[in-house]
Amino acid sequence: MSETGIGATVLRREDRRFISGRGNYVDDVNRPGQVYAHFVRSPHAHADVKSIDTTAAAAADGVVAVLTGADVAADGLGGLPVGWGITSQDGSPMIEPPWPIIAQDRVRYVGEAVAVVIAATRNQAKDAAELVAVDYNPLPAIISTQDSIKDGVPQVWDDAKHNICFDWGFGDADATNDAFAKASHVTTVDLVNQRLIPNAIEPRSSVADFDSSTGEMTLWCTSQGPHAVRLLLGAFVLQQPEHKFRVVSPDVGGGFGSKIYPYAEYATCCWAARRLGVPVKWTAERSESFLTDAHGRDHITKAELALDGDGRFLGLRVSTIANMGAYLSAFAPLIPTYLYATLFAGQYTTPAIFAEVKAVFTNTTPVDAYRGAGRPEATFMLERLIDAAAKEVGVDPVDIRRRNFIAPEAFPYQTPVALLYDSGNYGAALDKALELSDYAGFEARRKASEAAGKLRGIGISTPIEATGAAPSAIAGQLGARAGLYESAEIRFNATGNVTVFSGSHSHGQGHATSFAQVVSDKLGVPYENIEIVEGDTGRVQMGMGTFGSRSLSVGGSAIVKASEKIIEKGKKIAAHLLEASVDDIEFSGGNFAVKGTDKSVNIAEVAFTAYVPHNYPHFTGDPEADKNALEPGLDEQAFFDPLNFNFPYGAYVCEVEVDPDTGVTEVARFTAIDDVGNVINPMIVHGQIQGGVVQGIGQALLENGVYDQGSGQLLSGSYMDYTMPRADNVPNIDSDLTITPCPMNPLGVKGCGEMGTIGSPPAVINAIIDALSGYGVRHLDMPATPQRVWSAIREARPAA
Amino acid sequence: MTSTVSLTVNGKAVSAEVEPRTLLVQLLREILGLTGTHVGCDTSQCGACVVHVNGTSLKSCTMLAVQAEGADVTTIEGLADGDTLHPMQQAFHENHGLQCGFCTPGMIMSAIDLAKRNPDPSEKEIREWLEGNLCRCTGYHNIVKSIKAGAQAMNA
Ligand code: FES
Ligand code: FES
Repeated sequence: MSETGIGATVLRREDRRFISGRGNYVDDVNRPGQVYAHFVRSPHAHADVKSIDTTAAAAADGVVAVLTGADVAADGLGGLPVGWGITSQDGSPMIEPPWPIIAQDRVRYVGEAVAVVIAATRNQAKDAAELVAVDYNPLPAIISTQDSIKDGVPQVWDDAKHNICFDWGFGDADATNDAFAKASHVTTVDLVNQRLIPNAIEPRSSVADFDSSTGEMTLWCTSQGPHAVRLLLGAFVLQQPEHKFRVVSPDVGGGFGSKIYPYAEYATCCWAARRLGVPVKWTAERSESFLTDAHGRDHITKAELALDGDGRFLGLRVSTIANMGAYLSAFAPLIPTYLYATLFAGQYTTPAIFAEVKAVFTNTTPVDAYRGAGRPEATFMLERLIDAAAKEVGVDPVDIRRRNFIAPEAFPYQTPVALLYDSGNYGAALDKALELSDYAGFEARRKASEAAGKLRGIGISTPIEATGAAPSAIAGQLGARAGLYESAEIRFNATGNVTVFSGSHSHGQGHATSFAQVVSDKLGVPYENIEIVEGDTGRVQMGMGTFGSRSLSVGGSAIVKASEKIIEKGKKIAAHLLEASVDDIEFSGGNFAVKGTDKSVNIAEVAFTAYVPHNYPHFTGDPEADKNALEPGLDEQAFFDPLNFNFPYGAYVCEVEVDPDTGVTEVARFTAIDDVGNVINPMIVHGQIQGGVVQGIGQALLENGVYDQGSGQLLSGSYMDYTMPRADNVPNIDSDLTITPCPMNPLGVKGCGEMGTIGSPPAVINAIIDALSGYGVRHLDMPATPQRVWSAIREARPAA
Repeated sequence: MTSTVSLTVNGKAVSAEVEPRTLLVQLLREILGLTGTHVGCDTSQCGACVVHVNGTSLKSCTMLAVQAEGADVTTIEGLADGDTLHPMQQAFHENHGLQCGFCTPGMIMSAIDLAKRNPDPSEKEIREWLEGNLCRCTGYHNIVKSIKAGAQAMNA
């Protein structure tokens, strides 16, 4: 292993600009003559918009324009598109309501835009927005996920009866019912996977600049995939031709899913810039982010596990209501379906599984993918259910998992829920987690806590996820309306250095470093001579962007494919230079050599020859033969469409200490063992896992997107109410790896970005329930706040 | 209705026309073009905007620009000495104390103030000090490690 190749801990090259204050985030982008947009947003969860009087606002200082839904309609703009269609069990398509970029006639959640004020300064736009007079006729709202399908509740959409967007079924219902019929024990849990608000620390932002002389639009926006934004906003909303639409996502301050989507505000800036002929900028205030960034999770689930007399799983039956919010966000239908129920086998051999998911509309902010997206919900359900079953049948939580693990020799393993797991050794990861966490020493630590008046508990979870979506053809059959490949271009410059263009997008993941490590390793070019370019449709040929932990396994594989093409072409040039046959040329360590000789030429020389082709195969003069003549240049492009998902897995152990007098829970130790296949840069992988685990601890203990059930006001709409994990809420995370290379991509890698968030919530809750087991507490909803823990203790054992 | 405010920023005397309501962070970012200082919230709770005012760390969204009259302000852009990074910047780099980088300027400015007060802070002291700085990416693990290393390097 070289110091900068695959597997090396290379310090990140992108750090320099960030630690020096020289990052270039969207709000740092300014265009000459730009004006500022400020949105007027609905204070009602559900209301008819009777009229909007913009006169006073339009006359205010600095105001350039005040635009409303009527202007959107008059200009013929399209609605925000949905990228995935789901079919209900009865064969009917999901209900897909229109979603205009500014509300027309009716608002359906607090924070929905009803007008936009555009003015010379931010403050002028904000001041004038106060003068827009909107006459609302408030309507009753439905907020509760649970109640949304009941008779007689308010309806968000007329054609979505009982507020149901779709009612989806998956798996084998008959086989599952049979399994339950012959079970010796059935365990049932009722779970809430609460609404979360993603909260990347950089608020969303966009700047649009339209050149009327060329018809070209440039949009800078906080996106995880600028090509997707260009396609979706250009074709569906703005009718801005793709070849005259450049989208740039420069430095982006965290995404976690929430920056995948083509948001209305970005479209509004483009539309206003085109209409007004000046650049238009908008940056969310945090309160706006809370109301308008796509939220995550929000499931209510009943899950049942059928077991035989030996604690082996026979069947799993799950019924979930998934809240979509008021409109369907771009990938919302995918999250509680194919990213959820396909994970129900977990690491186990459960032979029969059936899932039913009702997706519902409510008068709340739309919900979409948030770090993990469907897989944390699946894992929380399964790992809580298994712990509850273990307790009921009197088997140790470690043993019950081991009894049901898919054996290492059983791969490839076809689960009953569609996925074909390629590889794994689940017992090995668990062994390592138990060892690193000193599981055996827990009892002594428990006693020590007890002596200090604290309750100590230990919990495990053994999560799996599917990352690197997905074979496009299969995704298409399942409802995807887009491809899921990634693209790469490797361009040698004449002087031998290399520019790599990738359709992935780094917003913290360190691609500039790890992708350069891959290219340096594959092509033998010094690491410092390689530059990675991402995030600009004007420079990068094509891309799907970064989501679902796919950058390395899909984007990195495209880079490997492009590097293979470079070598293939390089061999032809080298063969000419070395006067040998192409078949006799071997490539290694950056050199093309004639087999069995000491004749060789470096790839930098080959690149120079390719661009200064003075010593190049001559044309023969025969047009047929010359059709295949060697072209100048060393610049190759590749697309990689995955052969399958890949399946990272892990084993997590959490230890908590609960103060029974206050209910305060402290995570005392957290151990995460992950198997993400081969590792390019271990430092970056561990960083991803640590960050993910803390986001999961946030869900387990702190975070909750809470609405007032009557008014639909978001009660946890600021950092004062939405409790983000802070440094003093969490411990250091002990992370380590086992390495089982993935056989389905050339790097042998799997995704690592979401594992921590997926695996940690059930480990934390299992640990708290273990701590409280002396009180007979069997259930606790997330977030396990001090108040909830204290109440659980009191309710389980009323004061004597 | 604007007034003139004069102060020193990163060792240079500057003055600007500001509204009474202009925040120090707006003066830095929007008028002086020092975009290294970030805005992550509107309730003074994320710490992305931390700068030093007269040598002490301060959330620049909690101070009006006019209040900074005559003050000596240092931002993230003013830390390095030419090409030589401040030891705390270097420590964040060496310990992978950042991912997306958005919280980083505030974290570094805050950490330097801690290290000045407490040359060898414990993990617990660092975590408590960071109570006002949010990071969504790193899980704080490597930020804590960075600050420990940075404090030691600063006081070596
Ligand atoms: S911007 Fe969040 S604390 Fe200042
Ligand atoms: S590094 Fe992204 S918020 Fe801290």
